[in-house]
Amino acid sequence: MGLHGARERRVRTGGIELCVVELGDAARPTVVLVHGYPDSKEVWSEVASRLVDRYDLHVVLYDVRGHGRSTAPVPLRGGFTLEKLTDDFIAVIDAVSPDEPVHVVGHDWGSVQSWEFATVARTEGRVASFTSMSGPSLDHFGHWIKQRMKRPTPRKVGQLLGQGAKSWYVYMLHTPVLPELAWRGPLGKRWPRILERVERVPAGDYPTSSLPSDAAHGAWLYRDNVRARLRRPREDAYAHAPVQLITPLGDAFLSPKLYDRLELWAPRLTRRTLPAKHWVPRTRPDQLAAWISEFVTANEDQEAGVPAQRKVADGKHADRFGGQLVLVTGAGSGIGRATAFAFAEAGARVVAVDRDAESAARTAELARLIGAPQAWAETVDVTDEQAMEKLAEKVASEYGVLDVLVNNAGIGLSGSFFDTSPEDWKRVLDVNLWGVIHGCRLFGKQMAERGQGGHIVNTASAAAYQPSKALPAYSTSKAAVLMLSECLRAELAGQGIGVSAICPGLVNTNITATARFAGVDAEEEKRRQKKSSRLYGLRNYPPEKVADAILGAVVHNKAVVPVTPEARGAHLMSRFTPRALRAVARMEPPL
Amino acid sequence: MASAVVRELSAELRGFRTVQTLAYECAEAVAAQLKPGVTEREAARMQRDWLRERGVKDWFHLPFAWFGDRTAFVNFRIPLQFFPTNRKLEAGMPFILDMAPVHHGYTADIGYSGCLGPNPVHDKLLSDLEAHRELLLREVRERRSLREIYEDVDRLMVRQGYANRHRAYPFGVIAHKVDRVKERRLTPTLFGFGTQSLKGLASDALHGHRDGWSPLWSPYRFSDHPPRPGLWAVEPHLGFRGTGAKFEELLVVTDSKDPEESAFWLDDDLPHVRRWAEGI
Repeated sequence: MGLHGARERRVRTGGIELCVVELGDAARPTVVLVHGYPDSKEVWSEVASRLVDRYDLHVVLYDVRGHGRSTAPVPLRGGFTLEKLTDDFIAVIDAVSPDEPVHVVGHDWGSVQSWEFATVARTEGRVASFTSMSGPSLDHFGHWIKQRMKRPTPRKVGQLLGQGAKSWYVYMLHTPVLPELAWRGPLGKRWPRILERVERVPAGDYPTSSLPSDAAHGAWLYRDNVRARLRRPREDAYAHAPVQLITPLGDAFLSPKLYDRLELWAPRLTRRTLPAKHWVPRTRPDQLAAWISEFVTANEDQEAGVPAQRKVADGKHADRFGGQLVLVTGAGSGIGRATAFAFAEAGARVVAVDRDAESAARTAELARLIGAPQAWAETVDVTDEQAMEKLAEKVASEYGVLDVLVNNAGIGLSGSFFDTSPEDWKRVLDVNLWGVIHGCRLFGKQMAERGQGGHIVNTASAAAYQPSKALPAYSTSKAAVLMLSECLRAELAGQGIGVSAICPGLVNTNITATARFAGVDAEEEKRRQKKSSRLYGLRNYPPEKVADAILGAVVHNKAVVPVTPEARGAHLMSRFTPRALRAVARMEPPL
Repeated sequence: MASAVVRELSAELRGFRTVQTLAYECAEAVAAQLKPGVTEREAARMQRDWLRERGVKDWFHLPFAWFGDRTAFVNFRIPLQFFPTNRKLEAGMPFILDMAPVHHGYTADIGYSGCLGPNPVHDKLLSDLEAHRELLLREVRERRSLREIYEDVDRLMVRQGYANRHRAYPFGVIAHKVDRVKERRLTPTLFGFGTQSLKGLASDALHGHRDGWSPLWSPYRFSDHPPRPGLWAVEPHLGFRGTGAKFEELLVVTDSKDPEESAFWLDDDLPHVRRWAEGI
């Protein structure tokens, strides 16, 4: 069993006996984890151990009646109503935390029942917070259906049919006897393999050997509640505790649309989204543990009357990036800095990397001011392999495994091919290409090894697909970055890690002021830097918009993202009229 | 710093300083009265009334007030957006009061940044403005071209991580010349600007154009000349993700050979300078 050091006890209630285990210091805030169908409390083992070890919380788990090592009611019919499940819950918290309210976390059916705990009057004051994942309140669901039936518009009908199709298993479970036979027979045997293949749940201590009987008993969860509640949903199902809703976007059973107007029922609602499938407690334990502990801590403080000192991040995509760890290279200026700020506003923890220590520190400092719960500055030259290795080790040991890596550092180099010296070539490839390779190699490896998804963003350029006689070395390096990103995307797709290449175009940053101009003397170089800076300044496309595009690319897992209109135009031309683009490449830039 | 100079301020400079002090007193008085729910228009009217009661009849420009992300000029495209709106002040919101009263023929043009309650981002912006005040004075004393100084201010803002928001001002100006204004019985305004002051600015622009200088301190070629003696209302304006902060005050440029006397801030006893001195 994965629940090491668990203290087990039996709680008697309503003619059955529940198996309850506790982990961690009982003086700490109590988190009750409620499992779903067809699971037992072991589904939480990864999350529970992190909550105890990393966040020092008191974790309580129990097998829902009829599951795992708890006994089943006799007869089964009528023994699984939400009222009885609430009795069980109250009995458990009476035993483990009689004086202090508890924080409830529910997954799947555990979340469905926890909605009942968070909305009925008799638990008021006993629930300090509720984190829900992949399990709506049946009452809210009932109202959701009613609302869409009453005034059917094409969109609403579409939503109904969509969710109706996703709920196929609910109808199946209403047929008598057959589901039990299937679970106790072939389905029960194959289930672990199915989970591994379809849901990419890593093999391990889950599911447990009690699965066939758990699943057979659990069918009554549906039969005892679904029809009754959907037909006559409660009108007073308002949450009396703050609710954190974690929505896995790839859930095969529940549409994210189900939670459209949830604010009406849960006024103190925090939304989180996760690019994952249904079994997030197994596939994304790090992220869940971080969000749960953050929410628990926030609501513990509130009760102590401590006012919030820090700015709470409410920027775009805060639901997605809140609490995640993001590393940005070249974060001391331009697109990198704007990207670090955008992630900070979305509540991410930011590692700002730049070879200039002062500007990296500045980025980190400002990132903290605008919403990053934590931000660190690191000084590294991305071309230095050993320094990058050291950084990767440091980041992993001190801050954790990255959720998002942005390989952004880059330098400009202009000049004809024959003016470009081997040193120039080396320098530009070292920074623009090798910097990206080092980043992907070291941090991407950590991401892949953790096996809980992630995203890599590489800043390429519109020059990657737009040839130019003025930028041979720069364009070559960026084309390599683009191809590298696409290859890596193919390789990492199976592990839930997305890779995006961003092609900004002409953006008003200081890349022009620091660009090398090969084949001209220092004075002429200075003049051209000034001239090109002025041109880019006149174009005046702000790096903040590129940062928005980067966040969007991560959220929607886009492969190649041209940003400015000219970058998009050139991208289209490179696909449909490459000859015209080649003609443009012969033109002399106005410098 | 320029204490020797200040002691010997001419009567004329004393006149300018008196009206600048009056304007900052007005800003502090109005800022103290701001509370949640007050609109920009109400704040602008409060400034107008306060100054009128103390004898101000003419304006270089009518008082402005900007609240919230309007302090950073988010999405400002046309000059009409500078005028006060019905935006309401809320707790934690930054605000800027900007006014340019004419008093006994002397003009001031000031900008006052404040915040309703604590706002760490705003505090940071305000303290980072100190470096700009120093840089401007230093480079004016070095007699660099106005355009060059402008570019250095711009670079410092970028290095600090901020956006240059005075770029949104008409002609992108960071400063403009200020002169005495004739006192008239009628003081009409045009688009919020006093016609007398506009006339002065226009005639400066005309003369300056012939002699190769401009009364507007901008990033453009017409500002490619060393600082011109006279009084300049300087207003570096920082913007950072929906929060803006600036100061505006008078800089005296003379043709003295002594660097200390060749340029100095008219007054060092102003709210933002006191704030830096107290180390907040």
